[in-house]
Amino acid sequence: MSDGLSPPLGAARDAASVLYLDGVSVVFDGFRALNNLSLIVGAGELRAIIGPNGAGKTTMMDVITGKTRPTEGVVRFRDHDLTRLDEATIANLGIGRKFQKPTMFDALTVFENLELALKAPRGPVACLRWALSGEARRRIEAVMEEVGLTARSRDRAAILSHGQRQWLEIGMLLMQDPELLLVDEPVAGMTDQETEHTAALLVRIAGRRSVVVVEHDLEFVRALGSKVTVLCEGSMLSEGSIDHVQNDPRVIEVYLGR
Amino acid sequence: MTSLILRMAFLLLLALPAWAQEKDYAATLPGLAGGFGEIAGAVERLGALGDPRALPVLQALQEGKLLKAGDGHVLVPRGAGYADAATGAPADPAGAEPVRLNNRVRQALRGALGRLQLVSPDAVERGAAAEAIFRSRSAEDVPLLQAAIGREQDAGVRARLELALAAAQLVAPDDSVKRDAIARLGAAGTVEARALLLEARAAAPALAGPIEAAIARIDQSLAIRRAAETLFQGLSLGSVLLLAALGLAVTFGVMGVINMAHGEFVMLGAYATFAVQELCRGIPWLAPWSLPLSVPAAFLVTAACGALLERGLIRHLYGRPLETLLMTFGVGMIIQQAVRLAFGAQNREVISPSWMQGTITLPGGVAVTQNRLWIIVFGLLVLALVFAAIRLTRFGLEMRAVVQNRRIAATMGIRTGRVDAMTFAFGSGLAGMAGVALSQIDNVSPNLGTGYIIDSFMVVVFGGVGSLAGTLVGALTLGVVNKMLEPYAGAVLAKVFVLVAIMLFIQRRPKGLFALKGRAAES
Amino acid sequence: MSATLASPPPAGSGRLTLRLLMLGAVLLLAVLPALNRLPADSALHVSDFIVSVSGKWITYAILALAIDLAWGYAGILSLGHGAFFTLGGYAIGMHLMRLIGPRGVYGHPVLPDFMVFLGYKELPWYWLGFDHFPFALLMAMAVPGLLAAVVGYLAFRSRITGVYFSIITQAMTYALMLAFFRNDMGFGGNNGFTDFKELLGMPLNTPTARSALFYASLALLVLSYALCSRITQSKLGRVLVAIRDAESRVRFLGYDVTRHKLFVFVLSAVLAGLAGALYVPQVGIINPGEFSPGNSIEAVIWVAVGGRGTLVGALLGAFSVNALKTWLTTVAPDLWLFALGGLFVAVTLFLPRGLIGLVSKVAK
Repeated sequence: MSDGLSPPLGAARDAASVLYLDGVSVVFDGFRALNNLSLIVGAGELRAIIGPNGAGKTTMMDVITGKTRPTEGVVRFRDHDLTRLDEATIANLGIGRKFQKPTMFDALTVFENLELALKAPRGPVACLRWALSGEARRRIEAVMEEVGLTARSRDRAAILSHGQRQWLEIGMLLMQDPELLLVDEPVAGMTDQETEHTAALLVRIAGRRSVVVVEHDLEFVRALGSKVTVLCEGSMLSEGSIDHVQNDPRVIEVYLGR
Repeated sequence: MTSLILRMAFLLLLALPAWAQEKDYAATLPGLAGGFGEIAGAVERLGALGDPRALPVLQALQEGKLLKAGDGHVLVPRGAGYADAATGAPADPAGAEPVRLNNRVRQALRGALGRLQLVSPDAVERGAAAEAIFRSRSAEDVPLLQAAIGREQDAGVRARLELALAAAQLVAPDDSVKRDAIARLGAAGTVEARALLLEARAAAPALAGPIEAAIARIDQSLAIRRAAETLFQGLSLGSVLLLAALGLAVTFGVMGVINMAHGEFVMLGAYATFAVQELCRGIPWLAPWSLPLSVPAAFLVTAACGALLERGLIRHLYGRPLETLLMTFGVGMIIQQAVRLAFGAQNREVISPSWMQGTITLPGGVAVTQNRLWIIVFGLLVLALVFAAIRLTRFGLEMRAVVQNRRIAATMGIRTGRVDAMTFAFGSGLAGMAGVALSQIDNVSPNLGTGYIIDSFMVVVFGGVGSLAGTLVGALTLGVVNKMLEPYAGAVLAKVFVLVAIMLFIQRRPKGLFALKGRAAES
Repeated sequence: MSATLASPPPAGSGRLTLRLLMLGAVLLLAVLPALNRLPADSALHVSDFIVSVSGKWITYAILALAIDLAWGYAGILSLGHGAFFTLGGYAIGMHLMRLIGPRGVYGHPVLPDFMVFLGYKELPWYWLGFDHFPFALLMAMAVPGLLAAVVGYLAFRSRITGVYFSIITQAMTYALMLAFFRNDMGFGGNNGFTDFKELLGMPLNTPTARSALFYASLALLVLSYALCSRITQSKLGRVLVAIRDAESRVRFLGYDVTRHKLFVFVLSAVLAGLAGALYVPQVGIINPGEFSPGNSIEAVIWVAVGGRGTLVGALLGAFSVNALKTWLTTVAPDLWLFALGGLFVAVTLFLPRGLIGLVSKVAK
């Protein structure tokens, strides 16, 4: 199955599949940002998604996280129809997202940012009564350690460097403890060493959870060693191992351009 | 030969009544010098003759200026002196005394004058005559009215004559004539006709069926007319909103700058109109043109203020809409207070030029006031101007480019700062033009703008930010809905309902009627 | 932008100074009514005017706190908070009108004068229950709270934010003003309510009533401050700040933003309503003019001047702007609107963090 050019769409959904997209299209004013896209991500799978600018990668993430409603098609997370749910509900189902442009709360400290992301009751009254337990503190400290921000715990997010912001956002994603992680361009602005570290981190996470990574950096994708899906003009162009897609003539033509 | 004789006979026949009339007129006059019974008889005969010479005589009688000489001659005032009513020759009023009136004579006079005025060359007099006959309706007037209708050229007068005829026929003895009249009254569709029919229903229960049908028909056409008038009032209010909102559609809709001083710019435009009027007052040939002259004057004044505001203050707050809102509100307060100190707190009067005054009646009896009509026209013209400025000029192109991508526009050599200033000045100038229009229908006072600012924002939000079509449809819809609700809810509650309705509407379409879609709308 | 607005927590010693200063201010206010009882020739005597004006300002300060909680923390700029304040005032005003009883000009045992004048035969249903003080007090909170809940729910659910929300709340207070100006609403039309006689058995306009109302306002101010600071220092406060700075990001973390915003907006409206309920018996009059959009936006500028996003700033702004207003409207009434307009401009352009920001800048 892994070397097939397209997944078996007609087949019954794999019981182990976590994310299931079928025939998804998104039309803005006649422009098809997604065109009959289908994608299946299994439990614990790490999947890389590549494609040229405007291929629909971010729109796909928007559709999964409830930011954009598909014009047509099926989007399911386990047994939930995501096309009917709002962002907060989807996030609480266990889908975490890291944005292409690192987005966090600049007025809050690193610690506070992570505290907000920590999986805990989300209602206003619960937040008002919330007291940080020893265990929660230990979890936050562990994640800070993991993303290398322990020293900056009390600094406001506004003064972090771009790479540190990337890390903080990955840290927030870990705090949410999601079943499915959507990671948009995690290594932009990182040093080579940090890139390697990130790849290792994502691979490690993928054992327990499903991870979808959108990335331009092909070396990074190679380091992930995962199945790769190539998007182009809103549809899937090719799917398989990194070597497979790099040798696919259609991919070479539209994307690699060599 | 025979035909010639026939023709001559025919001509003679035509001339005969005139000749007979001539004789009758002179023969009837002495009756006016007699007792009350004789006077009333003479008045009725004079009215029936239809001789135009009788008109001044009867008018003089009504005003108590008709004199009777001892010998049965009657004298009418002419210029400073008097003339013999029969011959028209000047006469000496010495020894003559006024002809006195009683109620019977007065009643006869009203009918007679009405009939005589029917032949007057003045359409206004003929209309008044139709009205008089309508009130004193009698079956005897039917032939007279039918003749008058045949001659009548003026559509308005003719309609009133027809109504008077139907009224006279309703009291005719013949049932078929009545039925005919009822049908025509139903077709006339006026409030007067309806009142007449109600009266006739009470008088002639036998005809209740056709009368009911005619009333129903009238009610229907009255309803349609009322709807048309409501629509007009709504469109007129809508175009006021349109004028006030067009400037916002540019500054808020296109630039995304929220200017709470917009209402004060509208107010400044109204004061500019007042100032131009005062300047023109001394120059007689210019005075009637002060209003058209105010349009560019108001535009320039408020555009200059707008450019100053944008360059001086607003540009430092780009990207901070809430701060811009508060800051411009403060600027509005300052402008308002400055105008209050400069011009005083009381209302200033701007006079409408004569061509904007009065009411015209459209076919179907829909009455519209001229100034409201002009405001609709003006609103549409300004909309066309905005559309042209944005779509057809170099300035509009640069403006759209800067809005879409400021950085790229700058790299293409567009001076974005200047474009911002010009765009804002343009939007502010539009507010000034709205002020010119408002000066015609509202009090020119320092707080003129505050009443409109919230409504205009509602128009822009409802119509869809950044869409001219949305502003147009939004303004007209809000205007019409407001006026439609007013009869049921009153002006204030109508306004409240509209505000609530907009809030509910935004639930379904958060971006307004004409929402921008796609990536551009996301940011 | 958000970076410049966010206020770093004051350092330990700074926070202590601040708390001591506030304690001092509260104590100073607390002795005012006592000083008012001193003989008029005493050096420490405080005039009736000062007491009643400070009582009024305290209610304004509560309103400022309410606005700051919504705007400074959650980023919800309401230009209609005056409406909540005024509704609270009307609720207590209705109670005060009922208490007049047969002492009105027309001497009707139940109906207030304006109803007799307008030919009412009986009390409208929505006036029932207002003869009981607890009910009126409950309504002073419930009516503003309910209105805020409805408006907030409709707006937040459809993600109306920023200036759009501001305009809608402004329209809300404008609509209420128009409605209350109508005689047939049953709230006294443009004259509103006045000529109050007593409250809770105390004849109004006596030193006892004045100081009782003054202390009630001061107590409410202290309680509101405590509540607001409890909120802003909790995780809820951090969620609100996060919503203010990046609303959609908060959603992707799984927070139901609508509920959080609604919670803080309703709470803020209830506080404003209570402030209005204490304001009306102190000034002795309430009319629809209080709904005017200008009043609401003026209250917003108190918060901006003091420094939004800090509770102390809201208090500082309410007292300082109103002190300026009281002074200027007596010495140069024509200048007041220029000064107020100028404040709007100056604060937004030069002092985005208000007086508090200025103080902390100078302190550094």
